[in-house]
Amino acid sequence: MDGTILLFLLQDGLTNGAVYALLGLAMVLVFAVTRVIFIPQGEFVAYGALTLSMLDAGRFPGTASLLVFAGAAAFLVELWGLRHDLTAARLLRAVAHYLLLPALVWGAVWLLMPAAPGQFLKILMTLAIVVPMGGYVYRIAFRPLADASVLVLLIAAVGVHLAMLGLGLVFFGAEGLRADPVGGDGFELGPLLVTAQSLAVYGVTLLVMIGLYLFFERTLMGKALRATAINRIGARLVGIRTALSGGIAFTLAAAIGGVSGILIAPMTTVYYDTGFLIGLKGFVAAIIAGLASFPGTVVAALAVGIIEALASFFASNFKEIVVFSLIIPVLLIRSLASGPGEEE
Amino acid sequence: MRMMLSSRRLLPALALILAVFPWIPGVPAYWVTLANLIGLASLVSIGLVLLTGVGGMTSFGQAAFCGFGAYTTAVLSTHYGVSPWLTLPVCLLVTGVLALPLGLLTVRLSGHFLPLGTIAWGLALYYLFGQLDFLGRYDGISSIPPLSLFGHPFYSDQDIFYVIWAFVLLAAVAAGNLLDSRVGRSIRALRGGRAVAESFGADTARAKLTVFVFAALLAGLSGWLYAHMQRTVNPSPFGLNLGIEYLLMAVVGGAGHVWGAVFGAGLVTLLKDVLQRILPVLFGGSGNYETIVFGALMVLVLQFASQGLWPLITRRLPAPPAKARVGASGAATLPRRQRRPAGEALMAVEAARKAFGGLVAVNDVSFAVRTGEIVGLIGPNGAGKSTTFNLISGATTLTAGAIVHDGIAMGAVQPRAVARMGIARTFQHVKVLGDMTVLENVALGAHLRGSAGVARSILRLDRAEERRLLAEAATQIERVGLGELMHAPASSLALGQLRILEVARALALDPALLLLDEPAAGLRHVEKQALAALLSRLRGDGMSILLVEHDMGFVMSLTDHIVVLDFGTKIAEGAPAEIKAHPAVIEAYLGGAA
Amino acid sequence: MILDVRDLHVAYGRAEVVHGVSLGIAPGTIVTVIGANGAGKTTLLNAVMGLHPSRGQVLFEGRPVPESVEARLAAGMCLVPERRELFAAMSVEDNLVLGGFLRSADERRETLEEVYQRFPRLKERYRQQAGTLSGGERQMLALGRALMSRPRLLLLDEPSLGLAPRIVRDILQIVADLRRIGVSILLVEQNARAALDVADEGHVMELGQLRHSGPARELAQNPAVIETYLGFHAA
Repeated sequence: MDGTILLFLLQDGLTNGAVYALLGLAMVLVFAVTRVIFIPQGEFVAYGALTLSMLDAGRFPGTASLLVFAGAAAFLVELWGLRHDLTAARLLRAVAHYLLLPALVWGAVWLLMPAAPGQFLKILMTLAIVVPMGGYVYRIAFRPLADASVLVLLIAAVGVHLAMLGLGLVFFGAEGLRADPVGGDGFELGPLLVTAQSLAVYGVTLLVMIGLYLFFERTLMGKALRATAINRIGARLVGIRTALSGGIAFTLAAAIGGVSGILIAPMTTVYYDTGFLIGLKGFVAAIIAGLASFPGTVVAALAVGIIEALASFFASNFKEIVVFSLIIPVLLIRSLASGPGEEE
Repeated sequence: MRMMLSSRRLLPALALILAVFPWIPGVPAYWVTLANLIGLASLVSIGLVLLTGVGGMTSFGQAAFCGFGAYTTAVLSTHYGVSPWLTLPVCLLVTGVLALPLGLLTVRLSGHFLPLGTIAWGLALYYLFGQLDFLGRYDGISSIPPLSLFGHPFYSDQDIFYVIWAFVLLAAVAAGNLLDSRVGRSIRALRGGRAVAESFGADTARAKLTVFVFAALLAGLSGWLYAHMQRTVNPSPFGLNLGIEYLLMAVVGGAGHVWGAVFGAGLVTLLKDVLQRILPVLFGGSGNYETIVFGALMVLVLQFASQGLWPLITRRLPAPPAKARVGASGAATLPRRQRRPAGEALMAVEAARKAFGGLVAVNDVSFAVRTGEIVGLIGPNGAGKSTTFNLISGATTLTAGAIVHDGIAMGAVQPRAVARMGIARTFQHVKVLGDMTVLENVALGAHLRGSAGVARSILRLDRAEERRLLAEAATQIERVGLGELMHAPASSLALGQLRILEVARALALDPALLLLDEPAAGLRHVEKQALAALLSRLRGDGMSILLVEHDMGFVMSLTDHIVVLDFGTKIAEGAPAEIKAHPAVIEAYLGGAA
Repeated sequence: MILDVRDLHVAYGRAEVVHGVSLGIAPGTIVTVIGANGAGKTTLLNAVMGLHPSRGQVLFEGRPVPESVEARLAAGMCLVPERRELFAAMSVEDNLVLGGFLRSADERRETLEEVYQRFPRLKERYRQQAGTLSGGERQMLALGRALMSRPRLLLLDEPSLGLAPRIVRDILQIVADLRRIGVSILLVEQNARAALDVADEGHVMELGQLRHSGPARELAQNPAVIETYLGFHAA
């Protein structure tokens, strides 16, 4: 292997690593606020990428309909939760949040589709479809389990993964899609061609990392979210609505997932189940960083990307095995450091 | 326990139904095929119920163990022409040998790291199956010979049906036997009672490994059967998705119920079959749409029936016939420790010190317990009583100083070793296993007085010893006056009864010294009186007791000797009357704003 | 009465632990409930704050209290729990700021200054992580965080727990001072003498019921009260 190949591998690893970093960041965010190890994070990536690709292909994205279904399901769960103290104001808020919003998004997409919207508008439409799903997923699956153990939440997350994967298949079909390349040329850096797309990936990752950092360190809402994770009872006692925190965290996670999907859609062919593997790699990074540190997650994700790139060169068939085996010693070290995990 | 009772009732009936099932006129052949699939899944899910439901270790990776079994027999029977029956022991051996290091690694993972670890190795193994040349990569291995008996090959589903279900019944019985034994009690203590099990000498790390390997072997067996039923293997049924499906079966069936595992396997398999026929028609195209329903089912069960669906069914069944009563007499008894005369030196704490970082929680404290006396350790909140207690019970290690019991320095020993030295304890926050009966809880205390292992338990060769252990437990239950409640689930007891149950459990160890951690906390007045009466009766029998307590009235009326701690230091020591009048004690208790 | 609790019952599952407690707090006074471990004091406070469901009536400033914790907080009630429940991994200032989560930014800024004036120690350590504070400082922070919500009624659960006697004195002095700015206080304590010293009125709780009630000074002399704590008469 000469230097040039190494450089190529590093570039490839960094670009993939930056995507994993985005997903890892979202998982740390969700875990920090809700203690949910959000395995289905990758599904939002697939939803984002495939929604954009379908818009590119001039097809009506099934995810818009899925959003309406998810909203309706969340609405029913909300009604069930409110059955003992249902007020007109609460009902109206629920209708607006869970029924009206998805209906508006669906209608907007339906109206705009025939007009062949531009790239920017398509990206906005994609986000409008994917982002609200985060809150609905939380409302349906996780909020009723808010007091459950991390373990139960993890099993529930795996259940949500199965459901979202299956829904992805229903709405996108089994064949892969690729979005149109984004305009803008790259530049050459020595032997490497740095594409505009990869620059966008680096930039967004950096922005999300800094944004999350500022949100959690500088804003009252961000601090409230952190406080919820650190001490739920303490958070309730100062008046933070812990359910709201969870909803915000999941919405942010869906946003990050959707953005990641939009970023990778032009770079690679995405299938309905592609998100899961990408998500798991982000997740490996998040675990290495202890599900606690945003910068740590980014560093670990870049390392995962580079290791994967190197593994694909030396033993391409074994790269998944290498990446997933990597996590076991990390888990072991984390377990030993956290002491005997008695009596959960 | 409900699990064992229902197994006894179900087994003959189920065997009969199964025996005639393929021959019932009008039963389509396809139903037999489905029954076979249910049987294969049941094997995995029985193991998973033990691992997850009973042992508390959630595994998403069981499908990989099926792969070990299936690929082993596929390679041996196709490449080397080994007879399928002969490959069975090899399959189990290979699965066991590979499961052991995985298990050693996995059981050390704590909390949610453990299931994450199983996802990781589950995925890695799946990709490995697909990459290894001698396993045929993603194409797998085909033309595997069928099982055969007396020259008759089992090509049809009807033929292999009996083999599969015979193994399922055997596995269910083996699992039931394992749980209903000395080893089983330590396994059932894994979830929520590890500290208890360790305090009575059970090696919980080993118990964890035992269920892990047991579950892996059942999955390996399922894989072996699968290979000879399908007669072709490839990596896809051994991936994470199937691993998740197996877990779903265990969750749906109900964590902790062997027959729930079979029920869960049946429900999920049938549901999958129905959904695979209906959903593609609804949605068009083809694909694994059933995962949507499975995912939703998983979440719903966790939200609305966290114990699974099986208990909802057993609740509607008529009450099981009463279990044979275990009497305190009749069976041969266990040997007992020789009682020493009262007043001899027994346990001494010598300048014990415990520092947490800069904070000295126990500051060079010394005192002694003599045989046949009750010593009280008291002090205000945060005085270091509990830390001192933990030093003696082995839950915490000394920073400096020594604790000597029966002439042996205890140094830095684990709770298990403390138990072996004849010291038994109770817990401040009552730790009993709610779904075990009073008798079983107390029998856990007698763990060190038996020796039966896994094999003897499964084969029921442990019955004589088990009778002795249960008789001993029953004796102690009668002794503390809980005889009426012997077969009640511990969760049905009131706090006062639970504290007394803990005393009985400690007595089942046949201890030289009894350590009681705030035994009167939260008790009502009459309950306190009953407890005090019991403890003084035990003292009359020659028992030595050290108790940490908050309730002054309780301590004053009961103990022979009192040690008072404040801010980690011993401030007074003596007979109750002396302590009452001690100015430092009054200051420590009433002080503060003085 | 700023707080009026009438025939309150609280149960964990089927086991009732508070059996029909009634008590009232006049505005600007300190009422203490003393009792041994497990008497139900903490459960009583949690139920009043809405952390735990209960049966019976709780009136705050003459009106039935709202359902949720945050609505009770917004109404002017605040609980300082036994375990403090601070945000250990956050700074002192962040803890305080979050105490004013339901207040406007202006109110928050203003109250923060007041809290810093009352607890100069917290101002000195405003960037330090709450988890690294000493026991007394933690209690100050818990009180400060509660004051950030501008409460008219403070529910204090064992503020002296685990503190050295000298610090207990300081903390209770602070509690006594709060009365002067018009905050009423329901103080739950095991440290009977110290609590009765600062309180106007007292109740002794045993097994989920109030056994003795009266002016704090009288209770402090009551032999039965001393009995509850030491099991014998002080010499």
